Amino acid sequence: MENPKDLKYTKDHEWVRVEGTKAVIGVTDTAQSLMGDVVFVELPEPGSEYGAGDAAANIESVKAVSEVFMPVGGKIIEVNMELEDSPDLINKDAFGEGWILVVEMSDPGDLDNLLSVEEYGKLIAEGE
Amino acid sequence: MTSLKRTPLYEAHVKAGAKIVEFGGWEMPIQYAGIIEEHKTCRTMAGLFDVSHMGEIDVKGPDAFKLVNRLITNDLAKIQIKQILYSPMCYENGGVVDDLLVYKMADDHYYIVVNASNTDKDYAWFVENAKNLDVKLENISAKTVQIAIQGPKAEGILQQLTECDLSKIKYYWFDYGKLGGVDSIISRTGYTGEDGFEIYFSPEAAIRIWDKLIDIGREAGLAPVGLGARDTLRLEARLPLYGHEMSSEISPLEAGLGIFVKLGKEYFIGKDALVKQEQEGLSRKVIGFEMVGRGIPRSEYPIIKNGVKIGWVTSGSYAPSLNKNIGLGIVKAEYTALDTEFEIDIRGKGVTAKVIKTPFYYKKEEK
Repeated sequence: MENPKDLKYTKDHEWVRVEGTKAVIGVTDTAQSLMGDVVFVELPEPGSEYGAGDAAANIESVKAVSEVFMPVGGKIIEVNMELEDSPDLINKDAFGEGWILVVEMSDPGDLDNLLSVEEYGKLIAEGE
Repeated sequence: MTSLKRTPLYEAHVKAGAKIVEFGGWEMPIQYAGIIEEHKTCRTMAGLFDVSHMGEIDVKGPDAFKLVNRLITNDLAKIQIKQILYSPMCYENGGVVDDLLVYKMADDHYYIVVNASNTDKDYAWFVENAKNLDVKLENISAKTVQIAIQGPKAEGILQQLTECDLSKIKYYWFDYGKLGGVDSIISRTGYTGEDGFEIYFSPEAAIRIWDKLIDIGREAGLAPVGLGARDTLRLEARLPLYGHEMSSEISPLEAGLGIFVKLGKEYFIGKDALVKQEQEGLSRKVIGFEMVGRGIPRSEYPIIKNGVKIGWVTSGSYAPSLNKNIGLGIVKAEYTALDTEFEIDIRGKGVTAKVIKTPFYYKKEEK
């Protein structure tokens, strides 16, 4: 699956969609494919604050646990409650219905550290 | 780093799009279509497994019976020719060297199937204990391919490839037969909780037999199954895994494998230690539990009661056939009663779990 051009990415296979001062965060299709069947997502409490790089959520596949690191710091303002009953949305639609959380960014400067779609594409190609 | 071994079926797995991982020194397929799908395929139709990484040791000679029977905790005298015995194999202190299958080929000839990662250790253990005995030992692992076909459709599919009447082979018995023209040992055994067969033959025929089975089984729903689903299948059926439910530190009695330990036998290595354990009462036992709270138990997570560690998870997973999160764990004896609640320490958070009856999954009886 192609990585959407309007998103920013991290080397940990997360994506970020910037909406003003908010950022929607999820994991990429490459990430879900590496993890395999997702069976549980541990979400953070809305209202809690995380710095960039902090682990804020855990995605459990049948075989293993993967941490979701915050690409940008800030306060969690929404989490995807659909994932509680349908964690496999991450497998089915990683860039869409499988979104994980929305953060109110504390420092938009964090965005400068993220990868463009070209940079991320190169990173995946090198990893294979 | 030592280089990883590949089974003769490696290329077939790559061609089928398998995800390959390191397991016990081998490059093995962990999944093809996905663990949950493969798991359900095996439960409802049939799955084909490459288990050629398993080790095989051939034991032959006048003292073969004596050697094997002193190494295993189960009683070799119970089985007849063409019958199979499951048994733990212990150290003097009651810890487990490995668990294995013994195939009785003749009164003086046994075929031992052991865990992949233990093959060298086990072979050395056989050799060490065969001193002064008239017996010939051979590690034939590299000369043997093992595949398993498991699930309700397994017999019907396999029957199309052999003249051997599979309906005559009872559970834990085997026969010799030609499979697509290749000499094979066909046994009604498995590690999934389903009916099915494990088949042994020589490596040259591996890809041909594998492809043929996939081909003739396709209509009945047969698909390849990787190690990921093999683990969830065996866990639901509460089949123990060496290094988890039993180990050099966990005795077969503690593992709940008492029915495979014949303390009435005249002698076997580890008997004194296990008799003592039995007499003094077990201080801890492996139990099955399900998660009450949200979370997935994983191997080695601490088990906590009232803030104190009472044991640890030996195996845990999401269980695809039950749609629950389940686990096996070893806990202090006072916490082993059904419905006992405790907490699993999942990344520092205590999540409630409760002891339940095992096996977690029973296969549906036909008829």
